[in-house]
Formats: sequence, C-alpha cells, structure tokens
Amino acid sequence: MSKSTTQARPLSPHLQIYRFTPTMAMSIAHRITGTALYFGILLFALWLLAAASSREQFDFVNGLFGSIIGRIVIFGYSWVLIHHMLGGIRHLIWDTIHGLEKETSRRLAIANLIGSILVTLIIWGGAWAIRGGL
Amino acid sequence: MADMRTPLNKVRGLGSARGGTEHFWRQRLTAVSNIPLIIFFIGFVAAYSGSSYEEIRAALAQPVSALLMGLAFVSVLYHMRLGMQVIIEDYVHGEGWKIALILLNTFFPVIVGAIALYSLLRIAFGG
Ligand code: HEM
Repeated sequence: MSKSTTQARPLSPHLQIYRFTPTMAMSIAHRITGTALYFGILLFALWLLAAASSREQFDFVNGLFGSIIGRIVIFGYSWVLIHHMLGGIRHLIWDTIHGLEKETSRRLAIANLIGSILVTLIIWGGAWAIRGGL
Repeated sequence: MADMRTPLNKVRGLGSARGGTEHFWRQRLTAVSNIPLIIFFIGFVAAYSGSSYEEIRAALAQPVSALLMGLAFVSVLYHMRLGMQVIIEDYVHGEGWKIALILLNTFFPVIVGAIALYSLLRIAFGG
C-alpha cells in the first residue's frame, strides 16, 4: 500500500467548528422530525386496525391513546408533524430559488419554529373549545 | 416494443447514480401532495380525539374521509420511504448494512400501508 493511504490525512472540518445558526438548527430538526414521524405513523395504522377489529380492541387502544402519556405523544406528534410540514414548505420555496438570502433564510428558520408552536396550540385549542375537552 | 431511442438519448440526464433526478423529484411531488392530505389528517385526528367507537367508525366510513385517509397514508408512506433512504445513504457506509436497511426501509412502509388500507376498507365496507 502506498504511503499516502496509510498516513493520517487532513479531514474536512466537522460540525463542531461552525458557529451555531437558526438555519442549521432547523435543518437538522427537519431530519429529526422526519425520522420521528416515520416511526410514529405506525401508531395511527394500529389505531385504524383497532377501529376495524372490534369494540374491545378499539376501547383498549383508544384508552392508551387517551391516557396522559398517550395524549402527550399525540400532542408531540402533531407538533413535530406541523414543524416538518412548515419546514418542508420552506424547502419547496427554496426550490423556486426564493428565500435563500442570508437574512431571509434566517427569518424563515425562526418563523418555522414559532409558527409550528402557534399552529399546534391553535389546533388543539380549537378542538378543545369546540368539544369542551381534549 | 423495440426501443427507438439512440444510446445517447437513453442515458441523457441520468447522471452517475443512473437514477437522474427522479428521487429528488418524487420527494418534492409527495411533499406537495402531503400538504392538503396532512391538513385533513390533523383536522380529523383533532376533531375525533376522544370520540366513541361508533362516532369514529361512522366518520371513517364516509367515502370522502375514507378516500382522503387512504391517500394520506399512501402519499406519506411513499414520501417517508424516499426520505429515509437518503438518511441511510448519508450515514450508513458499509455495503451490507446499507442494503439490509434499504430493504427494511421498503418493508416497513408497505406493512404500515397494508395495515392502514385493510382497516379503512374493512370499516368502509362495514366489516
Ligand atoms: C406534511 C407535509 C410534508 C411536507 C411538505 C414535507 C416535505 C419534505 C421535504 C421537502 C423533504 C426533503 C428535505 C430535503 O431535501 O432535505 C422532506 C424530507 C423527509 N420527510 Fe417530509 N414532508 C411532509 C410530511 C412528512 C411526513 C408525514 C413524514 C413521515 C411520516 C415525512 C418524512 C420525511 C423524511 C423521513 C424525510 C427525510 C429527511 C432528510 O432527508 O433529512 N415527511 N419532507
């Protein structure tokens, strides 16, 4: 083997040397949310299966989803989903070569986070107001 | 049928991965179709959380809800499979592991989709 392949070679700088920015945080958030959604969707398929199976199965699964932990998971999933959806819309805007300027992309990143929290609260607040309970 | 295209025409636009921009394009296509379907999905879940067995089955048996729910699963499952493939390709470099995970990445969405579509059909047709 030639010497050059056995010697330690310089590596390109890795993540930790870059200054933290909102766009960077939202970029990794898009990947993390996509992964969480990927696995979590199984829960909704199982919920449908329970509804298709029998009243007992449905009441059991729906009971789990209605428990405190279940509600936190569903609330969290909806937030993650909305976050990823808004982040995805941001990607689609970028695909049209708009919104890529430094300041605009920074603002979009912050809007993504704040928007996802607001929309999630509005949805569950609305559901709560209409039905008078979660 | 005989392919009348010239060899050059056949490979144009495919690039070094032989897949061209198809993966990227389908990720975008499903991202767009996900938007209305996911808005419906979130609205449905928020509206029917805490409802009874009868209410939820009746809602899911409505043709429009059943169709939108089915489409939501198909669009999202296809989209998430494309997305996860990119994640695997980014982080998993051993050839064996990569192939195994890409296989699992096909099985998982197909299984989730089979469960969801079977359940929706069964509810819709009153089983
Ligand atoms: C609601 C509408 C949605 C939109 C608009 C959307 C949009 C996008 C876009 C544009 C990308 C590509 C990002 C890139 O190229 O870096 C992406 C990636 C991804 N999406 Fe979605 N998505 C949506 C819903 C979902 C759902 C429901 C799931 C899973 C159940 C999901 C899972 C993923 C995954 C796993 C990736 C790969 C992430 C990565 O490569 O970093 N998406 N999404």
